[in-house]
Amino acid sequence: MSYEAKFKVWRGDDGDGELTDYAVEVNEGEVVLDIIHRLQATQAPDLAVRWNCKAGKCGSCSAEVNGMPRLMCMTRMSTFEPDETITVTPIRTFPVIRDLVTDVSFNYEKAREIPSFDPGDVAPGDIRMQQVDVERSQEFRKCIECFLCNNVCHVIRDHEENKPDFAGPRFLMRIAELEMHPADVGDRREIAQTDHGLGFCNITKCCTEVCPEHIKITDNALIPLKERVVGRKYDPVVWLGSKLGIVKKGQDTPSA
Amino acid sequence: MTEIERHSYDVVVIGAGGAGLRAAIEARLQGKKTAIISKSLFGKAHTVMAEGGAAAAMGNVNPNDNWQVHFRDTMRGGKFLNNWRMAELHAKEAPDRVWELEHWGALFDRTKDGKISQRNFGGHEYPRLAHVGDRTGLELIRTAQQKIVALQQQDHAEHGDYDARLRVWAETTVTRLLMDGDRIAGVFAYVRETGKFVVFEAPAVVLATGGIGKAFKVTSNSWEYTGDGHSLALLAGATLLNMEFVQFHPTGMVWPPSVKGILVTESVRGDRGVLKNSDGKRFMFEYIPEVFKTQYATSEEEGDRWYDDPENNKRPPELLPRDEVARAINSEVKAGRGSPHGGVFLTVVDRMPGGAAEIVRRLPSMHHQFKELADVDITTEAMEVGPTCHYVMGGVEVDPDTAAALVPGLFAAGEVAGGMHGSNRLGGNSLTDLLVFGRRAGLGASEYVDSLPERPTVPGAEVEAATAEALAPFERAGGENPYAVHAELQQTMNELVGIIRKEGELEQALEALEKIRERVANVSVDPVAVNDGRGYHPGWHLALDLRNMLLVSEAIAKAALERQESRGGHTRDDHPGMSPEWRKVNLVCRLAGDPAAPHVELKHQPMEPMRGDLLGLFENDELKKYLTPEEVPAGAAAEAGAAGDGGGATAAGAENQEGDR
Repeated sequence: MSYEAKFKVWRGDDGDGELTDYAVEVNEGEVVLDIIHRLQATQAPDLAVRWNCKAGKCGSCSAEVNGMPRLMCMTRMSTFEPDETITVTPIRTFPVIRDLVTDVSFNYEKAREIPSFDPGDVAPGDIRMQQVDVERSQEFRKCIECFLCNNVCHVIRDHEENKPDFAGPRFLMRIAELEMHPADVGDRREIAQTDHGLGFCNITKCCTEVCPEHIKITDNALIPLKERVVGRKYDPVVWLGSKLGIVKKGQDTPSA
Repeated sequence: MTEIERHSYDVVVIGAGGAGLRAAIEARLQGKKTAIISKSLFGKAHTVMAEGGAAAAMGNVNPNDNWQVHFRDTMRGGKFLNNWRMAELHAKEAPDRVWELEHWGALFDRTKDGKISQRNFGGHEYPRLAHVGDRTGLELIRTAQQKIVALQQQDHAEHGDYDARLRVWAETTVTRLLMDGDRIAGVFAYVRETGKFVVFEAPAVVLATGGIGKAFKVTSNSWEYTGDGHSLALLAGATLLNMEFVQFHPTGMVWPPSVKGILVTESVRGDRGVLKNSDGKRFMFEYIPEVFKTQYATSEEEGDRWYDDPENNKRPPELLPRDEVARAINSEVKAGRGSPHGGVFLTVVDRMPGGAAEIVRRLPSMHHQFKELADVDITTEAMEVGPTCHYVMGGVEVDPDTAAALVPGLFAAGEVAGGMHGSNRLGGNSLTDLLVFGRRAGLGASEYVDSLPERPTVPGAEVEAATAEALAPFERAGGENPYAVHAELQQTMNELVGIIRKEGELEQALEALEKIRERVANVSVDPVAVNDGRGYHPGWHLALDLRNMLLVSEAIAKAALERQESRGGHTRDDHPGMSPEWRKVNLVCRLAGDPAAPHVELKHQPMEPMRGDLLGLFENDELKKYLTPEEVPAGAAAEAGAAGDGGGATAAGAENQEGDR
C-alpha cells in the first residue's frame, strides 16, 4: 500500500534556510529516514542527513519530527495519518551545518571535561564486581549518544548562555555512571555541581521522555547524583564530623 | 587552485571502529603522534551493531577453556583456511584484551564470583563470550572512545591541548593513499562538513575500515561499509586474500523495508522457532542433505522433542548449517512459496510452553527489535526472513604478527584484514579480532616508523591526481545519478554473487560489472549552495564510494568464479563439496592493467603448512576431513590433542558453525 505524503523539510545552512515542501512516495512499513533517503535518491541528491545503522543503535539520525526530538530511523510512518503534513527539522539546540545535519561538537567537548574512569591500583583481570552492583551503571552505558536529551533540555535549548556551565543530561549521567561504577576510585561529586551544572537540572524529565534507549535518566542518574552531592555538601553530621576532625573528607577529582 | 589543508602525523588510522580505536590507542601509547580518520561521528562505528559478545578463553565459566581449545574452534569454523598464526595469536591474546577493556571502565555482565561472565555461542566448545546483554559492541566502542578521551586528557594536562598527540577527525573520508615511490607517504581525504581536502602526511597508515556489505542489496551493514580499505589497499599496490568468502546470514529481516537486512538472531531457531513457506509447511525437512541425514530429525514430532531432550532425539533441520538453511529459503522463494515480501516465515507463535510471556523472556531483544522497528509482535505474528550479507572474511593480506600489508608503511586490522577467519567467522571472534589485531597494527606501525632512516615525502603529483579524481564527478556534466548506479551494482551482486553461486551467473556478474564500471566512470553530481559546492554533499560522497564498491565487487566475483568448491562463506551450487586440494590455495587479488582503469587479477598462492604443534591439537580423524593425505601427520597427533579439554572433535561440531548472534 503506497501513498504520496506531504513533507516539509528544513533546507539551508547555518543561519539561512527555510522549510521546503515535497510530495514523496511512502510505502507500508517505512520510517521517516526511508522517506528522507527517497528524497535524496529521487528529488534532492544533495539533501544532507546524518545516519549510520538504521536500527536505533548508533544514535546518528536525531532530528525533530513535527517538533518532537526523535531518531528518524525509529519513527514509523504508520504513526501519521496519510493526509498529515510531516515536518522534519534539525535538532534545535546545536548549530546547523546543512539541512538536517547539526554541529554536535558541544557534546564531545563536554565529554572531554569529565575525568575518566580511574581503577586505582588494581591490575587488569583482578577486578571483581557483582552483577547487582554493575547494573546501575550498565543502564547508563546503554546510551547511544544521540544527544536528544541534551537537545531537549530547556537549560540549554532556550539559553545559549548556559552552555559553558552545563554538561547536559548526557554527561551528568556519565558522571553518575562513574560515581556508581564499583571499581572507580574517583570522586566527581564536587565538580558535578561546580563545573558541570547539576544544579541547573530541575527534574522536568524531558530527557527521560525522549531517550530512545528508555534510560531513566532523571530518576536513576540525575536525582541520585543530586542526593550524593547534597550528602557530601550539606549533611550536618558530615559537616560537624569534619569540623571536629572525626570525619575526613576524601579527595575531590578535578575536571579534566 | 583548490585549497588543501596539510597536517603531519606519525601514524594515521583510517576507521574509528573497534580495530581503528585500538590501533590508535596503541600508537599513542607508543609515543606516536596519531590521527584517527572516521567517516562518521566519533563513537558511531558499525562495531556498535555487534551483539553476541567478545570471544576470549578466560575460563571464567568453564575452567577447561584455554587458548588451544579456542584456536581449534576458530580453525574448524574457518574450515582450516584460516591463517593459523593469526588464529593462534588471537586465541592467545584475546583474554588480555578483554581484561584491558575492563580496566578502562567496561562493565561486562558478571559471574556469581564477580568475574566477567561468558556465554555459549555457536562453534565455541565452552562458554567463551564476554558480553553486556546484547549490546557488547556498543560497550567496546564506548570504552575505547573513553580511553581515547582519557589519553587526550593526559595530553591536555601536559601540553594544554587535547589534540596534541591524538586527534579524531570525525566525518572525514579518505579517498587515496599517497605514495612516495613504493611506500606510504600519507593519505588524501575530504572533510564531510565542508568538502575541504586535507592531506595527512604520515609514514605509516593503518586501515581499519571494516567491510563491504553495501555492495549488496540486502545487508546488515551500515552505509559506511563500502569497501574503502580493501580498495585503497588495492590501489596502493597491496593484495587482498580470499575475497570470495562473504558471510551471509540466512535470517535477516526482509520486511518492513526500513529494516531490510537487519539480523534475526540464530537463537530464535535454537529456541523453537520454525521456518514455514506460504503453504504453512515446515519445509526444512525437505532439505536435509544426505550427509546430515543421520544427525537431523526426519519428523516434526522428533524435532520438537529435541528441545527438551537432546540426548534421545535428533535436532530439527532448522538448525542445519547456515548455508543449508539459506539454500532452502532460496529454493522456496524461487519456487513461488515465499512470503509476501520475498522471504519465508519464521515463527515462534504457539511454540513455547510458557506462551507469549516465555517468548518475551527468552527473546527479549528480538521481541523489542520487531516491536520497535517493524511494529510486528512476534508473540502473535510470524517474522519474514531471508538471507542478508553480513561480514567479509576476505581482506588485505597481512603479516600476522605486525599486521603489515605488502606495501611498506601500510597496515590493516579488523574486518578489512584477511586471513584470521578463514572461510567462515565464528560469532564472537570478530570483537576480539578487532582488539588483538588493532593493538598489533598500532604496534607494528609504531615500530615501522621508528625503523625509518628518513621520512617519506608526499609528491605533488600524487596530491594533484587525488584532487582531480575527487573533483571529477562535478566536472562531468549531465552524467548518471550515483544512486541509480549504486542500486544496479547492489542488485547485480545480490542476484548473481549472493549466497548460492554458479559458474554461469558469476560470468554474467562479471559482464554486468564491466558495464557498471563504465557507468561509474560517468556519474555526475551538481554542486550544493555552500562551501564551493562540496559542503555535506551525500550524492558526491556516494559517487566517490562507488569506485571502491566496484573494485571489491570485481574481486569477490572473480575469486568466487575461480574457487571451484564450497567452503564456509563460499557456496557453489555446481561444486558442492569441500576439496582438500583447494584448501591449500589462497586466492590473492591485486590490480593490473592500465592504472587509469585497472582490473583485478587473481593469483593462486599456496597456503603455508600449519606448524606441527598446532596440527597436534587435532585428532588425525578430523584432519583427514580437511587435509590431503600427504598433509596429515603420520604419528602421535592423538596424544597432543588432549590439551586440556574433554570434548575433542566431532563431525557435528565441525559442521555446526554459526556467525555472531
